[in-house]
Amino acid sequence: MSPSEIEEAARTNVGPSGTSPRVIAFLGKPRNAGELLLELADDELILGWRNSEWTGIAPFLEEDVAFSSIAQNEIGHARALYELAAAELGTTADELAFDRRPEEYRCAPLVELRRLEWARTIARHWLYETADAIRLEALAASDDPEIAGLAAKMEREEAYHRMHAEMWIDRLLASDEGRPRLTEAVDELWPYALGVLDDELRPELVSHVEAKLGRAMPATEPVPRGRHEAELAELWEEMTMVRRSAPAGSQW
Amino acid sequence: MTPRVFEVFRRERHGQPFQHAGSLVAPDQRFAEIYAREQYGRRQESDALWLVPREDIHEIVEFPDEFDLKYRRVDGYSIKARLKQARERSGSPPRGEPLGLEETPEAGP
Repeated sequence: MSPSEIEEAARTNVGPSGTSPRVIAFLGKPRNAGELLLELADDELILGWRNSEWTGIAPFLEEDVAFSSIAQNEIGHARALYELAAAELGTTADELAFDRRPEEYRCAPLVELRRLEWARTIARHWLYETADAIRLEALAASDDPEIAGLAAKMEREEAYHRMHAEMWIDRLLASDEGRPRLTEAVDELWPYALGVLDDELRPELVSHVEAKLGRAMPATEPVPRGRHEAELAELWEEMTMVRRSAPAGSQW
Repeated sequence: MTPRVFEVFRRERHGQPFQHAGSLVAPDQRFAEIYAREQYGRRQESDALWLVPREDIHEIVEFPDEFDLKYRRVDGYSIKARLKQARERSGSPPRGEPLGLEETPEAGP
């Protein structure tokens, strides 16, 4: 890392306080640690929220339990990540999760989409988990022991999320009705999936997805982080409603 | 989906017997494993699970006993009445009354 690169990374102002940002090496580049953690935490929180929208209405009871459990895991990961980010940024996990404006979230647009249709849900779940595995592997190799340790810990749960996603993908691919519906969903979500990862990690996602689907994926422009889908604002309204209605400092 | 029923047995700790935990419905064994993990293993309540397709369980429910062969049972007769008689013969106090023996406290762990 050159001194100018480090300076540039440290300048990125994130979170309410933006105090003395710490810079770590990620994919050989300097990254503001707080910003990197917020990207991950926001992805996990918003995806956890979206997945939890199936609670009570999933295709059958066992799937309802499993998918709700996965949603809870994601929110648990978000909490752990927000706690690390809060230590970087001199704030609290709750403030980071609930007190920012919707446009301040750093999640990938893939997780913001509201698609209460099972093929799309499974396609998004699988694309996200596949991308996340690639990202977690890179994070586990980070020079920051706390971030690397948390990534390794998350991966132990994410492995089961991937098993769940892949069993569904294989099942949908094997059926005459499932295959075209999944294909349509993956094609729709593909530019969003590419947007989850940094440039350096995208080729790995492409090869994973192509190997599983047995076809070439189109080279499309990724939907970048920082842009937001309209439905994020609706989700944010609902997600922060209780927090906003309670006087500051309320005890639960 | 062609649903199949799987019976789930769980073991709390190594060395303990597996006990029936419940059942679940899944299209195949791969789905059943994920669902069993989520329903019976996600709170660290089990250290191992057995997953058995219900159709692989051979159930036996009929045990005819036309000639009242209860003398074959190990609990054939009650020892209680005989014990009472023996006590009366020896003149020792009936059950419930102190025998005059000091209870030895168990050694601590």
